[in-house]
Amino acid sequence: MTLTERDVASPLSAWDRVKLARHPQRPHTLDYVSELMEDFVELHGDRTYGDDQALVGGLARFGERTVLILGHQKGTNTRENISHNFGMPRPEGYRKAERLLRHAAKFGMPVVTFIDTPGADPGIGSEERGQATAIAQSLMTMAELTVPVVAVVIGEGGSGGALAIGVANRILMLENAIYAVASPEGCAAILWKDAAKAPEAAETMRITAHELHRFRIVDDVIAEPVPAHEQPRETMLAVGRALTRHLDELDAVLFSGNARGPDQIREDRHTKFRRIGAWREEIRREGGLPAELIIP
Amino acid sequence: MRSFFHRHGKFQPIAPHDDREESHIPDDLWVKCHRCNELLYSKELEDRARVCPKCGYHFRLRARERIFLLSDDGTFHEWDRAVSPRDPLEFADSGGSYTEKLARTRQKSGEREALITGRATICDHRVALAVCDFDFLGASMGSVFGEKLVRTVERAAERRIPLVTISASGGARMHEGLFSLMQMAKTVSALAQLGRAGVPHIALLTDPCYGGVTASFATVADVVLAEPGALIGFAGPRVIEQITKQKLPEGFQTAEFLLAHGMIDLIAERTMLRSTLSSMLAHYARADARQQARLARHAERPEDVALTLTENGLVAAHVPALGIVSHHEPVIERVGMDD
Repeated sequence: MTLTERDVASPLSAWDRVKLARHPQRPHTLDYVSELMEDFVELHGDRTYGDDQALVGGLARFGERTVLILGHQKGTNTRENISHNFGMPRPEGYRKAERLLRHAAKFGMPVVTFIDTPGADPGIGSEERGQATAIAQSLMTMAELTVPVVAVVIGEGGSGGALAIGVANRILMLENAIYAVASPEGCAAILWKDAAKAPEAAETMRITAHELHRFRIVDDVIAEPVPAHEQPRETMLAVGRALTRHLDELDAVLFSGNARGPDQIREDRHTKFRRIGAWREEIRREGGLPAELIIP
Repeated sequence: MRSFFHRHGKFQPIAPHDDREESHIPDDLWVKCHRCNELLYSKELEDRARVCPKCGYHFRLRARERIFLLSDDGTFHEWDRAVSPRDPLEFADSGGSYTEKLARTRQKSGEREALITGRATICDHRVALAVCDFDFLGASMGSVFGEKLVRTVERAAERRIPLVTISASGGARMHEGLFSLMQMAKTVSALAQLGRAGVPHIALLTDPCYGGVTASFATVADVVLAEPGALIGFAGPRVIEQITKQKLPEGFQTAEFLLAHGMIDLIAERTMLRSTLSSMLAHYARADARQQARLARHAERPEDVALTLTENGLVAAHVPALGIVSHHEPVIERVGMDD
């Protein structure tokens, strides 16, 4: 069965979307940059160790604005994928991201990130050079930013390696993208003790855009009536329109007339993540039985 | 060396909770060291905070055991015990539903979640504590873990008391999907606020510490300590071996390996932890007193400073020129079940 046409009668399963999200011909970060942006200047290196081609960044003009672009970069063939390490950043990638984020903050540039990675690189060298710390520091730097940040999950949102450039004021997601705490294969291997159960894991993990929107983690789902690799230009233009709308809304906060605009941007981002979670809490009422409060 | 045990007491079960089934102190008389295989008299092991007297191996501890060892007698006051997990994904794997798993885990571990939080004093220094319990689903971080940690961070910021986190975790909790992943951002964002308030965060990494916990709140602390021999990393050793098909170097991902690679500040032996923390807390208290004195001097010049006196005696000093906002400790503590 082919997935090239959407069958309305039987909507795509989570596993179908995993396959679409990973499709090698799906547009990747630099495709979006060349389709939607002008005057892109790529900035390289973490100034400490190296330049990671799995996470690219630079300055670009997007409409009226100069924005800082950050994105995971996958290749479309094996050779490209090897040079981009299959879109799996090493610590120097996250340290480059952090450097560029500070750069954006310094000059008041909005940040646009494209999320598309199976996850952070799990190699020996990455561990030696502090993969966990690099991700954690990138999260911290993003949390501190006083400029608007919009993240778009364009393909595969793989775990901490994705989130490291995803602490955004707005999280957008293409309809056939996925965003997960672990790969379905990894989850199946651990909880089912069988990686072949990945399709079942994908279903129960709730990794699709619509489900994550329902959980109010994802702010906006960008429709993808035809899979992105079939209609790359239309998909990219739709992403561009959504980006413009969200950047405009965030600029409205930033320019709201009082000097606290930048603090408000940071505060709003904190509030967005502060409320994410699902728990229950017993609240003792005076002299009565415990009442149960369920959030959200 | 001053005894780690400040009360001549030996290692005893912590005051039992209503839903706590049993103590986790081994009842057996003899315990075999996991590293050197030496047969150890369990009473002697307990007297040494469960550090092998022969080879120095640090046995794993439960959260409440750590709190008992670390805090001054009877000073621990738990926060947010009433917060417990839900199953937002209606998650089920080959072993059944998450809800059933939670019920079993709760029964077995005697805890409601993998993170125990509260306040205590350590050698008379007030601290906010957040301690992982590895026996609760591998101390994986889900919504409740994140929420309890964030509340603890917020209280630490509000009261200006240092935060001490003790981590041991398999990473993010898969059963709560992206809710779990987002706790990484949520906890770090709260810690960014703590940092802006100038309140220190000291983290102790213990065996084992992996994934989303190592890659979030645990390693962005002002000071990162680790227990000797603890395995700490992002990806687990088996995953790395499988993917890279390479043999892992000797001592890979141990605390000593991390120290050598510049990833942590210090290796803290368990028997010295209280005294190490006590010295550190004294340093921050001294520095803070100096800062407050400087702010108080600014307060004498009203053009620089706006002072606000609130009902409960909370004083907020705002120094616009420096962009510093400082909240002095409230005179009266908040009273309530959550306090």
